[in-house]
Amino acid sequence: MSDKVKVTIDGITVEVDNGTTILNAARQIGGDIVPPAMCYYSKLEGSGGKCRTCIVKVSKGSEKDPRPMPKLVASCRTTVMDGMEVLNITSPEVLEARAGVVEFLLINHPLDCPVCDQAGECDLQNLSYEHGLQQTRFEFERRTFERIDIGDKIQLHMNRCILCYRCVFVADQITNKRVHGILNRGDHSEISTYIQQVVENDFSGNVIDVCPVGALTDKTFRFKNRVWFTKPVDAHRDCNHDTCNGKVTLWYKGENVLRVTARKDEFGEVEAFICNECRFDKKLTADWVIEHPTHIDDTSVIASNHYETLIPLHVIQPNEALQAANEIELHKKVKY
Amino acid sequence: MSRKLLLEHINVPGINTFEVYRQKGGYRAVEKALKTLTPEEIVEEVKKSGLRGRGGAGFPTGMKWSFLAKPEGVARYLVCNADESEPGTFKDRYLMTHIPHALIEGMIVSSFALGAKVSYIYVRGEMMPQIRILEKAIAEAKAAGFLGKNILGTGYDLELYVQPGGGAYICGEETALLESLEGKRGNPRIKPPFPAIAGLYGCPTVVNNVESIAAIVPIINDGGEEYAKIGIGRSTGTKLISASGNLVKPGVYEIELGLPVEEFIYSDEYCGGIANGKRLKATVAGGSSVPVLPANLTLKLANGEPRLMSYESLSEGGFATGTMLGSGGFIAFDEDQSIVRNTWNFSRFYYHESCGQCSPCREGTGWMEKVLNRIVHGKGNMQDVDLLWDIQRRIEGNTICPLGDAAAWPVASAIRHFRDEFEYYINEPVKSQTVPYGMANYAVPIEKITVTEEK
Amino acid sequence: MLKVEEQTPVQLSSALLAKFDDVKSRYPEGKQKSALLPLLHLVQAEYLWVSTSAMDQIAAYLNIEPIEVYEVATFYSMYFLKPQGKYAMEVCRTGPCCLVGAEKILTHLENTLGVKEGEVTADGLFSFRGVECLAACGYGPVLQISPDYTFYENLTTESVDKLIEDLKNK
Repeated sequence: MSDKVKVTIDGITVEVDNGTTILNAARQIGGDIVPPAMCYYSKLEGSGGKCRTCIVKVSKGSEKDPRPMPKLVASCRTTVMDGMEVLNITSPEVLEARAGVVEFLLINHPLDCPVCDQAGECDLQNLSYEHGLQQTRFEFERRTFERIDIGDKIQLHMNRCILCYRCVFVADQITNKRVHGILNRGDHSEISTYIQQVVENDFSGNVIDVCPVGALTDKTFRFKNRVWFTKPVDAHRDCNHDTCNGKVTLWYKGENVLRVTARKDEFGEVEAFICNECRFDKKLTADWVIEHPTHIDDTSVIASNHYETLIPLHVIQPNEALQAANEIELHKKVKY
Repeated sequence: MSRKLLLEHINVPGINTFEVYRQKGGYRAVEKALKTLTPEEIVEEVKKSGLRGRGGAGFPTGMKWSFLAKPEGVARYLVCNADESEPGTFKDRYLMTHIPHALIEGMIVSSFALGAKVSYIYVRGEMMPQIRILEKAIAEAKAAGFLGKNILGTGYDLELYVQPGGGAYICGEETALLESLEGKRGNPRIKPPFPAIAGLYGCPTVVNNVESIAAIVPIINDGGEEYAKIGIGRSTGTKLISASGNLVKPGVYEIELGLPVEEFIYSDEYCGGIANGKRLKATVAGGSSVPVLPANLTLKLANGEPRLMSYESLSEGGFATGTMLGSGGFIAFDEDQSIVRNTWNFSRFYYHESCGQCSPCREGTGWMEKVLNRIVHGKGNMQDVDLLWDIQRRIEGNTICPLGDAAAWPVASAIRHFRDEFEYYINEPVKSQTVPYGMANYAVPIEKITVTEEK
Repeated sequence: MLKVEEQTPVQLSSALLAKFDDVKSRYPEGKQKSALLPLLHLVQAEYLWVSTSAMDQIAAYLNIEPIEVYEVATFYSMYFLKPQGKYAMEVCRTGPCCLVGAEKILTHLENTLGVKEGEVTADGLFSFRGVECLAACGYGPVLQISPDYTFYENLTTESVDKLIEDLKNK
């Protein structure tokens, strides 16, 4: 068997290493065909498979065995086979099932984005914007929990949790001791320390970065500002910590650094986990070497207040006159 | 009288002890297997027998065994799934209580066939009395030289342990069972890899139901071909059926597969008809997870032929007019029972037992329970029925393990066949609280209908 | 998060620890975590419930983090994380048992014992709760009484009354 296999996702063929998952193959292609992932995290071993938002249809199993897979599969945990054909956004069945999953994720999740600190950088918000219904069909009381502080820097608000287990994997794999976990069963499951304990660890702050929703938030930043009013800037420092490379994103409001996070890639995953010292204790510009403004995807609400370049509006019908005019405008902006 | 293979000596006094069981021909299969057969020959016999997993899915046991990976120097495990929790099913409890040595004997032969040196019987924690019975039986078998080091001088070593569960239906799912056996939460694993490749402690593992393992004994004693002669078509051998609900004689019966459903319900050899002289309204033929059927479709296929107790006949017609044999938990409802209320009850069960790992099941089961609760208590509206249909459809097939399907099917089938009863609850919110909907036309023989595949 | 009341730490007896050792020996080297469920059962049989202190000691015994024990103990429905009555009755409330009157038995228990589901009677003897399928559907209604899980089948309100009387006089 060769080391490379060919897989076709939504009609786009890509050659990937043997053993790659469908999701990662799609990420190599990039763009709209990448399935959304709420629980999978490529840096956390064993994550994925739980939220079911990344489900896709395998319309052809492989070159050898072309039978389609009987059910939709979780693309984050299904490895590609040579000749496999996968349908994601080109399959109405997948979109329908994904909309179902989004609805399930939202029935117990508060619909109060305006008062949630995660708004603007929330994966669930993006997901429901794309796939959700305009109104909820859930007419019962939502499950609620009290907010708890796990340590003086992190707040846990279980109401918003979608039980992706990422923070548990972080505690298992990135920190040296896990004191929080998943308690109870079914929809009573909750992230907790059982008896109130402080999550004290040099890397515990990373649970904030991996949390796809506003369940784990940075208490040093909570309600200081809306994320889209801040300006993210990449910076680094010499960190003494063995496993922290000190490469971060600083979130500025005016001259003040409001918070520090790890740098995130285009799929919303951190590039490298950072230590709590970098995250919580270094909030002066003088602590850091500034690199450049952080690249923010132009579809993100965070980009709404600052552009790196002017991107002309998308035109649906090709309008050559308008495109030409835009082109001239663009050159003007770049030049001056 | 039909042939009994598992329960032949069930009425012999003291059959739960080693001596009596041995006198009645017990442990012959161990002697035959260990002394005269190779592991491969045993697997071959099981394949020939056509035995299908008795836990619910009905996957051929011999084929499952042949998938077991056999890398050099890696331990292999056999784990018996005695986490019997499917509502309507209590055959394994019966077997373990009354004839525990049948399971022990099957475990020894199966472990030998699979090359396992340590095997576990995972019994649900609520069955503490059965755990004590099994531990006693294991001690007896060990004292007689059928377990431990160098069994019967053949050089084969086997240790057999009983592991209690902690109270979770989901641990009946084989990968959740393995997680639980490893001392973790019973969250089903994401497959692949399947247990045959990486199961208990990451080693190749086979997980089999109690009844499947007990059935290995007659297969080895009489030969796989002999076993395959019993039954009908691809449903070979005998099956334990747990009969419960409004029957004259509920209990565990061993039937030859292929017995007409009508005979099973009404003959005196089996359930003896519906209790208190009432009429049959509906049945759940294979444990709570399988679709519920009205009386007319229970007794007859859509084409008018009698329905038989076999894997194929029960699922004839797909989910449109059929159901499944499942684990053989046969629940009968008389005319006064409410299907809507029972559906709510089952929904509550699945809601309670969902492990909470994947979102459709975690959120969907609770939602269905809440909507059904509302309907049952006279507070529902017509949109609720459509909403329920939508929810179950969005759960089915989108979950990690079959619990999602198991929660969706009873709701789907209840709406499919008993929609008028749902409407009764909605249109008559006060009356429905005290007056049962009754038989309606659920027992009226249906005209021959053609079934189109539902999508 | 569970609100844990102040507890006096338990001291596991040497007899119990000997049982622990026996259970632990059933699993391969390094897989001692497998003993977790049986150990929790042993602790519950001894103290009638599982306290945080006991769980911490199990964690230390198995050389795992306490949270791993809490996660497991809260997942499975059999472990009592609060003190129960001396006789904790569990009545099956799933479909087949309901067809033959399990709900009546639950109401009857509530009336007879004068406590709600999950509460303990003033004398500390009884508590009851409805549980999901106990796999004895043909003999319903059924109940079991922990800690040794004695099983009672084909219940009627009369037989429940008698059972309670017998237990009181025991």
